[in-house]
Amino acid sequence: MKQLKKALALAALTAAMGAQAQTELTVYTAVEAEDLAKYAERFNEAHPDIKINWVRDSTGVITARLLAEKENPQADVVWGLAGTSLLLLKNEGMLAPYAPEGLDALSPKFRDSDETPSWVGMDAWMAAICVNTVEAEANNLPMPTSWQDLANPVYQGHVVMPNPNSSGTGFLDVSAWLQMMGEDSGWTFMDGLHQNISRYTHSGSKPCKMAASGETTIGVSFAFRGARLKEQGAPLELVFPSEGLGWEVEATAIVNGTDNLEAAQTLVNWSISRDAMEMYNEGYAIVGMPGVAKPVQNFPANAEELIIDNDFAWAASNREAILAEWANRYDNKSEAE
Amino acid sequence: MAGLRQKLSDRGPFAALLVAGCAVLSLLVLAPLYTLLSKSVENRAGEFVGLENFARYLSSGGIESAFLNSLWVAGLSTVIVVGLAFMAAWALTRTRLPLTGWVRGVLVLPILAPSLLPAISLVYLFGNQGVLKGWLFGAEIYGPIGIVMGSCFWTFPHALMILLTAMDNADGRHYEAASALKASAWRTFWTVTVPGARYGLVSAAFVVFTLVITDFGVPKVIGGQFDVLATDIYKQVIGQQRFEMGAVVSVLLLLPAMLAFFADRYVQRKQSASFTARSVPYKARADRKRDVLGALVLTPTVVFILAIIAMAVYASFVTFWPYNLDLSLNNYQFGRMDGGGWGAYFNSLQLALGTMVLGTVLVFFNAWLMERTPQPKILTGVFQFLSLLPLAVPGLVLGLSYIFFFNHPDNLLNGIYGTLLILILCTVSHFYAVSHLTAVTALKQLDKEFEAVGESLKASRWRVLFTVTLPLCLPAILDVALYLFVNAMTTVSAVVFLYGPNSQLASVAVLSMDEAGDIAPAAAMAILITVTCAGAKLIQGALRFWVDRSTRAWRQGTE
Repeated sequence: MKQLKKALALAALTAAMGAQAQTELTVYTAVEAEDLAKYAERFNEAHPDIKINWVRDSTGVITARLLAEKENPQADVVWGLAGTSLLLLKNEGMLAPYAPEGLDALSPKFRDSDETPSWVGMDAWMAAICVNTVEAEANNLPMPTSWQDLANPVYQGHVVMPNPNSSGTGFLDVSAWLQMMGEDSGWTFMDGLHQNISRYTHSGSKPCKMAASGETTIGVSFAFRGARLKEQGAPLELVFPSEGLGWEVEATAIVNGTDNLEAAQTLVNWSISRDAMEMYNEGYAIVGMPGVAKPVQNFPANAEELIIDNDFAWAASNREAILAEWANRYDNKSEAE
Repeated sequence: MAGLRQKLSDRGPFAALLVAGCAVLSLLVLAPLYTLLSKSVENRAGEFVGLENFARYLSSGGIESAFLNSLWVAGLSTVIVVGLAFMAAWALTRTRLPLTGWVRGVLVLPILAPSLLPAISLVYLFGNQGVLKGWLFGAEIYGPIGIVMGSCFWTFPHALMILLTAMDNADGRHYEAASALKASAWRTFWTVTVPGARYGLVSAAFVVFTLVITDFGVPKVIGGQFDVLATDIYKQVIGQQRFEMGAVVSVLLLLPAMLAFFADRYVQRKQSASFTARSVPYKARADRKRDVLGALVLTPTVVFILAIIAMAVYASFVTFWPYNLDLSLNNYQFGRMDGGGWGAYFNSLQLALGTMVLGTVLVFFNAWLMERTPQPKILTGVFQFLSLLPLAVPGLVLGLSYIFFFNHPDNLLNGIYGTLLILILCTVSHFYAVSHLTAVTALKQLDKEFEAVGESLKASRWRVLFTVTLPLCLPAILDVALYLFVNAMTTVSAVVFLYGPNSQLASVAVLSMDEAGDIAPAAAMAILITVTCAGAKLIQGALRFWVDRSTRAWRQGTE
């Protein structure tokens, strides 16, 4: 009998230890699929007791899914989602504010401005123009250096950009132009640009992919995708316009009501650690902790100076009006012709 | 009175079973849809606002063009697809062409391939760097041309399947009568063949029209900024997270389905069984001219389909299109790839098998109840409506509805959320309509006398079901099983919202690899899915052959 009790106790103990060793976190993310294994591996080097189960999809799909699951959230942590999306979730009361260790080391732009932030930033995801050098030469097109250049009639029919009504990248560009140039000149610029656009796409990475395969000469897209395509052998030149670049913070947050709060907090702590920042820096030129970032191949060395002083609050509160105006002006291109 | 009671006790169990069938479909389709569509009359905070969202959507401009664009693109695709599918079905069932088994195999290839495959191929063929770019005479593939071509490619097998089912069991006596009356081949075609396939034609037309008008995959990838209603849902829900506006567009998209439903009812009322207990299966007589014509009408479709598939196979080996055309096998090393690799592939297999078994049983049993047992008219009407409803629901809408419904904390079934089971249920619902139409078309062709004869022999309907109906319908049952299997392998739009950390799917991996710019690996995974589906098709073909052979003598009497 005594032995049985002992065995039972031992079993219970191992079960408890096993449970501790196997805390599983469901983590929703829009981080590029090719990076997920790396992220989990590095995190596990520091915390082998927490297993990450990823659910990954594009920003729009993951955001829609999180919002739809509001009544009964499935995710414990969101690691790697656009700041605008997290703002939506925060306004729905879906995020659990938490001040992770090392919060003070983050640049103020890379955290929710509340005292106990609902989200903390990882890296910046910035706009870029992808230019296909082979097609540019074939079509005798000069290399653009600024946004204004893209409105030059010489590029007529050679530019593709994402539709801001479908794509966060598209909205990022439009909002940056309006902030940099002022509303009136911003819309005037877009009127000019519109004359050169051969089509608007529904996805933010598509314009760069089209440039990479020669389907268009110039694609307005984002830097990360362009850099990766260039590594794969695409004849691309990445242009970072002189006026400045729109950008968006990629961030981490804890989902309200998680059963694994402790493990979730451990993950968030690590997500803004120096190790994590160095990891983000392998693919992104700008990370949330100042002084960490080293130059990244195919990104400009002065990335931090190029990005605009993005007013996310302004962009969020004017989003609906901007999108409506945009649709009103440009959505029926096929008809206008 | 005793007679009535007898009648009731006779019919009661069957009606009860069909009521149960209705309940199952309500749970799988109606209830989830309600949770999403009811948002169309609510504001973002969930308060009732009447038709305000509709008014806002209609006044936001551009709707007329999206609506008209949707209508004409879907209409044109329908005309092309049903025309080609009917000619193909005619050539396959009314001529003595050789190798029809192989031709059938080629013609259903589009359904075996994930939707991304034709998109990649069309761009490689007709895009700005495309090898056949000149064929478009300066027009662009990005826009209505691309949408119509892509839609025709993927909807063709749907139409063909319904038409083949409608034309496979032809009554040879009608053709004998026609030839005895010295009717010309042309006249026979219009007076015997076409009327016999009428129900199938109408079903096929509405299936294709509804599939095209609700699909956003093709317009999203290749439509450029050509606006259609389905991409409007994408913009509202994925681009801007406005569920209530997405619900508004979804409700508008239900209108063509309503139309389909009533047209279907109308035609069905006029349809009588073409294959009766006294029928003699049709056997084509030798006729060289007719066979040549058959080959001619089949050729363009076969070539188009093969070209698309071949281009995709080529794409999967190319290192970097179009600048580095070296061929390599690297793209097939799925273990190294993101998106779940082989694990995702095996999840997809499980999903496909589960969907096939559960779906085929559910679809066929319900269709049998509806068609071959005495049922109150109103009940069959309700059931028919519920089974056709999923056709009109874009996958994206169905997937989101499933989250709202099955993930709700008060739902007793919320335990299945995030598991393989919910993926199976969602996929069965998603593809219910065409399976149902195929089963019903097959069952309709059987003479009601089978049951009457059975009754007089004191054989129960159950016995008739297992000894007569099922064997006669086995080909159609196999078709339904294959249809569900391959669609489960390739589907993306609904399941993208439902897979969990342990149930990633190969079809979703294809999309995420393409999204990341890894076009060749995406094509490779798509080809793997296609090969798997083709394997399933071969097994199904072998089974069909065996069924055909073992029941032929029996179906043709002592000939």
